[in-house]
This record gives sequence, structure tokens and C-alpha cells, in this order.
Amino acid sequence: MWKKIFDWLDERLGLNDIYKNLLDRPEPRGNWWNTLGSASLFLFVLQGLTGIFLTVYYTPSPDHAYDSIQYIMEGVAFGWLIRGIHHWGASLMVIVVFIHMLRVFVTASYKYPRELTWLIGVGLLLATIGMGFTGYLLPWNQRAYWATTVGTQIAGSVPFIGEFILKALRGGPDLSALTLQRFFSGHIWMIPAILAALIGVHLFLIIKHGESHFPTRED
Amino acid sequence: MSEVSRREFIKVTTGIVGGIIGAVIGLPTVYYLIDPALREGAKEAWIPIGKLEHMEIGKPYPFSFTRVQVNGWERTSTSHGGFVTRNSEAPDDLFILNSKCTHLACTVNWSDNDQVYLCPCHDAKFGRQGEVLDGPPPRPLDRFDEFRVTEDGTLEIFYKEG
Ligand code: HEM
Ligand code: FES
Repeated sequence: MWKKIFDWLDERLGLNDIYKNLLDRPEPRGNWWNTLGSASLFLFVLQGLTGIFLTVYYTPSPDHAYDSIQYIMEGVAFGWLIRGIHHWGASLMVIVVFIHMLRVFVTASYKYPRELTWLIGVGLLLATIGMGFTGYLLPWNQRAYWATTVGTQIAGSVPFIGEFILKALRGGPDLSALTLQRFFSGHIWMIPAILAALIGVHLFLIIKHGESHFPTRED
Repeated sequence: MSEVSRREFIKVTTGIVGGIIGAVIGLPTVYYLIDPALREGAKEAWIPIGKLEHMEIGKPYPFSFTRVQVNGWERTSTSHGGFVTRNSEAPDDLFILNSKCTHLACTVNWSDNDQVYLCPCHDAKFGRQGEVLDGPPPRPLDRFDEFRVTEDGTLEIFYKEG
């Protein structure tokens, strides 16, 4: 019965082919360091899911942001768990993505033909850090407020266009409701969309090239 | 015992570990999402409105109270009020009017001079039983029908949301 349904779907979707090509690829001998890209991907999905669930209660307005998070932590069943995973997952993701990059560097896997994979990786690291930066403001507590004040000031110290960058980030000269709203939009829509697209290309290239061998003495 | 290949082992282990992670995160998440639907708000309560001994027979006695409703991180408080009129010394021989005008919900006041309830918004007049004497209201003033007198002589009304 199940076999019949599966065969029917497989004939039309090519499930077995997809499985063979995506997951049943031949891999060179590696070690645990090679799993960090997959770990990054897992964390991205985890952050995405917990983030979506957080928006069920979180409200990006100066009047309610703080209270709504307070409510998530104390009022809703398992709110502390969902927020806890998202909170700690954020730091963990930056670290894991960074170590993944270090391993690619150490094993010299960024060389021909994988330069593009590396470049897209740089975009992924920046976008991941951007997620951290925009997410940090959302609780709208003292720490978040001042961290973003300083963070946007640093971005504003760029010569010539600094003033403009600062205003564009803040949505005006000061931190305000506009800042919170655009950080929220960036955090849940724009940067995740960029991340998802870059991850797509990143994975496509990895499947296309296959994983690199570790360099040997001869290399 | 049959041999389990490395491949099979990895497959099964991944499935089990994945299933456990999914359950540990998934079940709390379902609870998290439906939690507000499982709550019983304090929609009804007995509310003390005054000592019976302070209420003169035959003279409407005004009272008011506020109800605070908490929805998540939002609190809304609404004011309510009314008038108690005792017909005789008997503790349960009384009626309680809601001071909310049945026209557009302004608060009516008792006028001692005219012996009527006056609504400031569109000049409605209600008699002492709450009946409409003049103006646009479509029906008499509402009543708080459920009340009780506690042992120490406090009059309480039963308040129900909606
Ligand atoms: C959201 C962040 C990222 C995700 C989800 C991700 C995902 C992956 C995955 C699943 C692999 C397969 C091999 C492995 O796991 O080692 C991989 C390989 C690779 N990644 Fe990333 N990555 C991310 C960030 C980066 C960054 C920041 C860089 C470098 C700047 C980078 C450069 C590469 C390169 C060059 C490879 C090919 C390595 C090889 O073939 O041995 N990635 N990535
Ligand atoms: S609200 Fe009382 S008369 Fe219109």
C-alpha cells in the first residue's frame, strides 16, 4: 500500500533521484569539522521556526515590545523555552558559522572551483551577524536600546556618508519607533530572505562540486 | 542476532534522535500556541458595593466599581456603576439599577429635585424604577438582578462580563 503510493509519487517527482543526488552523495574522508555547515543549516531552520513562533506574541512597538516579551517569558506556557532557544541559538549560530568558515580556511577548501562558495559564505556570515544586530534591539530594554545606539553610531562614523547611514539605519536622527519597526522588518523578512537565497546557492554549489578533499602533503 | 550495517545504524539513530528533538520542541510549541485559548478569564465575580445600613430607605444609593481585564500584556479597565433603592427594612427588599444609559451608554445621575434619573448626553429621563419617561432610550435601565447580603451587612452584586 505505502509502497504503491510511494512508487506513484516517485514516478512523477523522482524522489529517489532527489534522494540519491542530495543526500546519498559520495563524500571524501572527513571528520566532525565537516559537519559544521550542516550544523549552521540546522540552526538557521531552528532560528526560523522559533522566530516564527515568537511573532505570535511579540509586538514591535515601543509601548508593547518590552511587555510582550515579559509576557512570553512569564505568561505563556513554554514561552521561556521558545525564547530561550531563539536567544541562545542566535549566539550559537554566529559561533558555529564562524568556526565553519575557519575550517574551510584551514583546509583551504575555498580554492578553485569553490571561490564562489566562499564568497557566498562571506555574505552568509555578514547576514548572520546582521540577524544578531537587528534581533538584539527587539526586546527594547535598556541594554538593547544602548547597544543599538552605539552600534548605529559606529556605522555612522563612516567618512562622508556616515550621517546618511546612521539615519537610514535608525529611520531618522534618533532611535525611535521607526528604528524598532525597521529592525523588526529586517530581522524577520529581509535578512532571512537574503539568508535563504544565499544558502540555496551555497548548497547548490556544494552539491555541484562535491566536498573538497583534505589537502595532503603533496598539495 | 542479525548484523546491522553501519548505514542502517546511522539511519535508525538519526531517525530516533531527530524524533526525540522534534517531540521535545514540538509538543511544548503546540501548548505555547494554544495557551491563550485554555485560559479562563475572571469574567464574573461578587462585588461589594456598600453597607446596607448606609442606604436610606426609598432614596437611590449610588455606587461604582472598576473591572480590570488583562489580555496578555494589555490591561483595560472599565468603570461600572448603579443605584440601589431599598423599598423597606427587609434586607432583600431592594432593586439595583445599572447607571449605564440604555441609549448610548452615558452615565445617568439621580436628581433629588426632580426625582428622576437624568442622562446628560441626550436629556433622557428615567423614573425611579428605571422606566423611560422621556428621550431616546429604547428600554428601561438595566438591573443587577443577582445580589446578596453578607453576614456583616455588606451588599454584594454578582457581576458577569458582557
Ligand atoms: C548561514 C551560514 C552557513 C550555512 C548554512 C552553510 C552551510 C554549508 C554546508 C551545509 C556545507 C557543506 C560542508 C560542510 O558542512 O562543511 C558548506 C560548505 C562550505 N561553506 Fe558554508 N555555510 C554557511 C556559512 C559559510 C561561511 C561564512 C563561509 C566562508 C566565508 C562558508 C564557506 C563554505 C565553503 C567554501 C564550503 C565548501 C567546503 C568544502 O567543499 O569542503 N560557508 N556550507
Ligand atoms: S446616552 Fe443617554 S440619552 Fe443618549
